[in-house]
Amino acid sequence: MFKLKFLLPLILFIVLAIFLAIGLSLNPKDIPSPLIDKPAPAFSLPILATPDKNLSTQDLKGRVWLLNVWASWCVSCRQEHPLLLELAKLNLVTIVGLNYKDEAPAANSWLQQLGNPYTVSIMDKDGRVGIDYGVYGVPETFVIDKRGVIRYKHTGPVMPGDIEQIFLPLVQKLNQEPA
Amino acid sequence: MKKVLLLVLSLLAFPLSAGVEYHQFDDPNKEQAYQNLISELRCLVCQNQTIADSNADLAKDLRQQVYEMLQQGKSQQDVVDFMTQRYGDFVMYRPAFTLKTGLLWLGPSAFLLIGVITVFMLARNKKAKAQITLDKQQQTRLNDILQKGEED
Repeated sequence: MFKLKFLLPLILFIVLAIFLAIGLSLNPKDIPSPLIDKPAPAFSLPILATPDKNLSTQDLKGRVWLLNVWASWCVSCRQEHPLLLELAKLNLVTIVGLNYKDEAPAANSWLQQLGNPYTVSIMDKDGRVGIDYGVYGVPETFVIDKRGVIRYKHTGPVMPGDIEQIFLPLVQKLNQEPA
Repeated sequence: MKKVLLLVLSLLAFPLSAGVEYHQFDDPNKEQAYQNLISELRCLVCQNQTIADSNADLAKDLRQQVYEMLQQGKSQQDVVDFMTQRYGDFVMYRPAFTLKTGLLWLGPSAFLLIGVITVFMLARNKKAKAQITLDKQQQTRLNDILQKGEED
């Protein structure tokens, strides 16, 4: 009884220290998205390469696709760009680029300079679709399954290793699910 | 001196002039709702500011969104639902009380309660220890000493 009384402050301190350590190692920018396991918000937006044609969520039903939010003004998009190019080479998944609050000429020259990993890019000039997807920090990447449900959201640039460890296993799993 | 004063005052006035874009409302109730909402919604880019305080691009877009929804006749709750569906509970400075946010709301009172109970128990413990009971011999001695003191 006596011993417990003296040990108590130490135990409390250790518990507190553990909680603070967890708090320090978490990324405050990583806010859980309420959209996981919800249907991807519908859109119909002009295609960057052919602005007179639109792409809608309906066109993507039945396939697993990534929605990568990017912009020519976005610095960390450059960082993840080579990784997206590598992913595109594997030809395993449709990559839709959501060109967020950007100008078409700037976006086009960006793709020409750095290469185009996107199956198709669509223009969200006023950021409305961005709001629907809860976008708050470009780049962001969503993984959407064959039924049009968001299964994963990645905030910030895709890092080396993320493709192999997160995206590819998930895409392979989703590809096996029935449409 | 006057010039210096003017300079100081104009420096102080700066935050006001750096404010946000102006939205025209016909209905004062809607304007009030707008002000309420933008000072309740968190800017997710600069997480310790409301969208009323923030100059971030996203905050501007969200203010525009709030404005348009109110003009379309949506209620404050509609706007709150719209935002939490997209950005999660974190977008509200005072999130709704749910199972997930329960700890956030009840945590401080729980800690206060634990503190009060601890203090109460410690105090009671001390009081119990302070009440020393004397046996008969000690009691008569005590009475003797007290009596002697009075006689002196």
